[in-house]
Amino acid sequence: MSVTHADYRLSQLDQLEAESIHIFREVAAEFEKPVLMFSGGKDSIVMMRLAEKAFFPAKIPFPVLQVDTGYDFPEVLQTRDNWVNRLGVRLIVASVEEAIANGVVVDDGKTSRNRLQIGTLLNALEEGGFTAAFGGGRRDEEKARAKERVYSHRDEFGQWDPKNQRPELWSLYNGRLHEGEHMRIFPISNWTELDIWDYIGREDIEIPSIYFSHQRRVFERDGMLLSESDFNPLRSGETVEERTVRFRTVGDLTLTGCVESEASTIPEIIAEVAVATVTERGATRGDDRFSEAAMEDRKKEGYF
Amino acid sequence: MADTTETPVQGLAGRDADLLRFATAGSVDDGKSTLIGRLLLDSKSIFADQLEAVEATSLSKGYDYTDLALLTDGLRSEREQGITIDVAYRYFATPQRKFIIADTPGHVQYTRNMVTGASTADLGLVLVDARQGLTEQSRRHAVILSLLRVPHLVLAVNKMDLVDYDQATYEKIHAEFRSFATKLNIPDLEVIPISALKGDNVVERSEHMGWYSGPTLMHHLEHVHVASDRDLVDVRFPVQYVVRPKSDEHHDYRGYAGQVAGGVLKPGDEVVVLPSGMTSKIAGIDLFDREISEAYPPMSVTVRLEDDVDVSRGDLIARVNNAPQPSQDIDAMVCWMTTQPLRPRQKLSIKHTTRTARALVKDIQYRLDVNTLHRDQETKELGVNEIGRIQLRTTQPLLCDPYSKNRTTGSFILIDEATGVTVGAGMINSGS
Repeated sequence: MSVTHADYRLSQLDQLEAESIHIFREVAAEFEKPVLMFSGGKDSIVMMRLAEKAFFPAKIPFPVLQVDTGYDFPEVLQTRDNWVNRLGVRLIVASVEEAIANGVVVDDGKTSRNRLQIGTLLNALEEGGFTAAFGGGRRDEEKARAKERVYSHRDEFGQWDPKNQRPELWSLYNGRLHEGEHMRIFPISNWTELDIWDYIGREDIEIPSIYFSHQRRVFERDGMLLSESDFNPLRSGETVEERTVRFRTVGDLTLTGCVESEASTIPEIIAEVAVATVTERGATRGDDRFSEAAMEDRKKEGYF
Repeated sequence: MADTTETPVQGLAGRDADLLRFATAGSVDDGKSTLIGRLLLDSKSIFADQLEAVEATSLSKGYDYTDLALLTDGLRSEREQGITIDVAYRYFATPQRKFIIADTPGHVQYTRNMVTGASTADLGLVLVDARQGLTEQSRRHAVILSLLRVPHLVLAVNKMDLVDYDQATYEKIHAEFRSFATKLNIPDLEVIPISALKGDNVVERSEHMGWYSGPTLMHHLEHVHVASDRDLVDVRFPVQYVVRPKSDEHHDYRGYAGQVAGGVLKPGDEVVVLPSGMTSKIAGIDLFDREISEAYPPMSVTVRLEDDVDVSRGDLIARVNNAPQPSQDIDAMVCWMTTQPLRPRQKLSIKHTTRTARALVKDIQYRLDVNTLHRDQETKELGVNEIGRIQLRTTQPLLCDPYSKNRTTGSFILIDEATGVTVGAGMINSGS
């Protein structure tokens, strides 16, 4: 941060950072049991960095929670572990596989792991007694997310009611809850995809290697390039070939597509994102393609 | 990656670019969604897949045009009803600036959402339909923006194409609004004739309005000077969180974390901690792992003091001879946001900066008619979406300034203790 401007001006990235840190501190001060949802993807890594800054030189005063779909990229899990170890925070893993085994959620062979994450997550939040869960959702991602508050109230079923949201004024957040309810907190609501990359570049922090251009064995399905893997059996007509690709988002590898790209450094990624004509979700997320309101519907059920 | 058929410039704001937050207002059919769609489209902030989705939906609804409002109405029920219910936030950037739009609904019954959007705005954009001229709704929105002390206001006279780009029509609306605005507190007003549909004076200068010599809307948004709107004189630092690592390495570290709400803090400054009144000096200001020489709004920093004084969340650090008066009696304008009316003797929770207390409504002095600015002193209650002047008595002293002086230390929210819902937004006139 440049701090000695003659006119005391903060750049937009510095303003976003200051606002996010304010939110982290507010939640840590007012909620009994917060937890940070951490997937190891770029947005949650920026969240970790902001949390690190908010409480420095003290440690982050809450644990992190990862919902493991069982179909996660190994590179992402590795980055997750590196971050958790470096910062000395407690990692809680909520496993979709375990949730299926325990009957918490039902795998009917048709429902995506992304959707099964919802029940797994809600169960983990309830088991941990968490009253606030930080998520890395951004309003620029999706039109239902554009309607999301920074403090998103969830009822005892974890549901979001978009028609009955609390007004959110100035930076005065209302964290009042009833028994069994919780709050989802989105400190990077006002960041865009490009801000995230700018910040990762400026902070020079570790992100999973799959965000950078690499050789990968992929096949095409529904207009997306998916990774060859045991979890993703080929359908008739699909063929695997090696391409030079990178990921714009990371999630369940059976649903997260990659894009052909030569961008192997942060500045190259920034240059690429700046001229992209398709949103990151539109390009690479199978889970948002089910209906026009796919995200809204999932959020109402308890998705973040 | 992806296809790059054109040369888009999505979010070009450089690292040094600054941020402008603006709230849009206007009646339902004044073309607000079209204008937002136009700003997003012309700044290349709409992606191909989003546009395709909107085109497909427009087609399936049987429209013969692409309804850009579908881009901004994100909820099922909004699309069903074709209206905007709730505030949505949108983003776009140019090489000069990043913009956050609080897209607020125009309907009368959603005044509270307009207040929500305006609370964080640097600039308010009110649309009027050139054919209709000023309506009750445009006046109401201007009043709310002025009450919320949004420092810059733009009146966009839209649909100029439908009045043959007639200068006299524009001049008449302009004059009428200027005269109305003299009754309000609007430090900076710009009136711009546009056609959101045709793109006149939005990003590109219009070829049809040679008589207009002012800026285009985009040019104004990019260049309006907002940095000076902050108070850099009166130090206000609400303590949010006490940082105490208790680790071997930082055994004695005790820092007060918060976001600077006013003034410039420097190491060595003599400060007072309120409400205790204890004084000390700033030993250092930390920004993550660095010590810095100054902190100013809206920086989030951690302040260390030389003495081991008792400071906790809810306290406020100020300069010794320039501190707010702690007060339990608050006089404020309040916007009421719930159907259960606000009545005298009601007890509520109040959140002011980082301090939460309980408040008793001692009196409702008047209800403000936001159309006529008439002060109705007969009514002793405030209904949903109504604004009035009230007196509160709080259980704890609030460390407040008039809202006109500082939007952070001058604002509060009221929370219903039974439901937990935010029911009121308050702007302090004074503590006494």
